Order: sequence, then structure tokens, then C-alpha cells
Amino acid sequence: MAIIRRIILDVLKPHQPNATEFAMVLADLGKQYEVHLAVIEVDENTETVQLEVNAPCIDFELVQAAIIDMGASLHSIDEVDAISQQD
Amino acid sequence: MNIKGLVELTHSQGIIRRYFIVNGFDGALTMLGLILGFLFSSPTEIDNIINVCIGAAIALCVSGISSAYVSESAERKYVLNKLEQSMITDLSQTTHAHAARTVPIIIALVNGLAPFIISLFILLPLWLYKSGMTLPISPLLMSVFIAMTIIFLLGVFLSRVSGISWWLSGLRTLLVGILTAVLIFVFVGY
Repeated sequence: MAIIRRIILDVLKPHQPNATEFAMVLADLGKQYEVHLAVIEVDENTETVQLEVNAPCIDFELVQAAIIDMGASLHSIDEVDAISQQD
Repeated sequence: MNIKGLVELTHSQGIIRRYFIVNGFDGALTMLGLILGFLFSSPTEIDNIINVCIGAAIALCVSGISSAYVSESAERKYVLNKLEQSMITDLSQTTHAHAARTVPIIIALVNGLAPFIISLFILLPLWLYKSGMTLPISPLLMSVFIAMTIIFLLGVFLSRVSGISWWLSGLRTLLVGILTAVLIFVFVGY
């Protein structure tokens, strides 16, 4: 089965938790998770961010659940790097 | 998310601090007023004094909890609804909804328990006297002294927020306590 190594997501989030806390929660989801968060647009109550997650094996369901739990919503999956594990 | 995280998420540290000070101050001044009232009146049984003060402390506690809960839960629901409109999504299963349910309870408990616990401290000499302990001064005077000390300490606590010197802040709140005592003396004890 293929695994995801890198994923770029377009996310709409409330101002709280802030960008730092948001990225840290996602980075804490698994070992060697690297999260890059860029704020694209800021509105009165929300902000649109682009999230890049890198890890040897990304559990996408877990990432999505954490995003929703923090009150954010996943708008689109913009890029994915997947790799086959077959010999 | 733990309670500290929920409080931070909703930026409620400030309001919790304010409620603690405001209602703690209410509790201390109410007890001070009651005890000074008894002090300036004809001698009353210590049991009666304790019962009256405990009654007032419980009323302050219930009033603090209920008023803060009703107002804060309404405010949190409003903020959550506004956020849901902005996000165009249901947030009922998120940390934000969890915070909107939990934070009003925390704020209400602080608002109600602050005056209650402070009142119990102020009433401590009365209980000690009732239990037979010999006190160096009259239990009522000792309660007044404890009330003034707590009022001073609330000012010292405020200085940590405002950044002004602790003794100046403590002195300022202590002056309010002294002014209260003077007013009670003028109207009741003179």
C-alpha cells in the first residue's frame, strides 16, 4: 500500500488557536512530522492558511481529524506526494 | 484539550482574573461590613454572628455562580455562533464548542467561590473562639484585621496585572476597606 510523504492543504481556521499553536498540534500528531504553515488571507474571524505536512508516513485521517477538532475546515488538498511500499 | 488550554483558546484569563478580584473584593467588604455592624451594635451571640455571615457568604456564592454562568454561557454561545457563521460550518464537535460549554462553568466557579472562600477565612476567628480557643484580641476585631489583610492582598495581586508597585496597589485597596469601615462607623457606630 502506498504511503503519503508530503501533503499541502488549504485550510480555513478561526484566529484561535493561533498559527503557532495550530502548527504545533499538527506536528505533535506523529514522529518526525514537519509542519509548515503559511497564512494566506486574514478576515475578521477567520484566516485561510496553507499547510504543508512532511513525514515518513502521514496519517491523513488523523491530520484531518485534528484540523476539524481545532474548529478549522479543510477546503482542498492542493498537493500530495505518495510513495509505493511494494518491492 | 485541558482546562488551561480551553481558557487560553477563549482568551478568558483576563475575565477570570477580573471576576476573582471583583467578587473576592465583594466578599471581603461584605464580611467587613457585617462584622463591623455587629461590632458597633449591642453584644450578640457569636452563633448568631456566624450564622448571619455564613448566610451572606452562601448568598454571595450562589449569586456569583449563577450570574456569571448565565451571562458567560450566553456570551460564549454568541461568539461560537458568530464563528460558525464566519466558518460556514457546524463547530459543535470541535474544541471551540467544548470551550464554549466548559469555560462558563470555570468562570462561574471562580466568581462564586472567590467571595465564599474569602468569607470563610474572615470568619475563621469566630469559629476558633466558638470552639473554645483563646484569642489575643476579640474575635470580631481579629476578623476585621483578616478582612483588611485580604483586601490589601487583593491589591497586591492586582499589582501583578497592572505592573504598579505592590505596596501602592495594596495600600489603594486597603484605603477602600478603611473608607468602608469609616462610613459604617459614621452611619452605624456613631
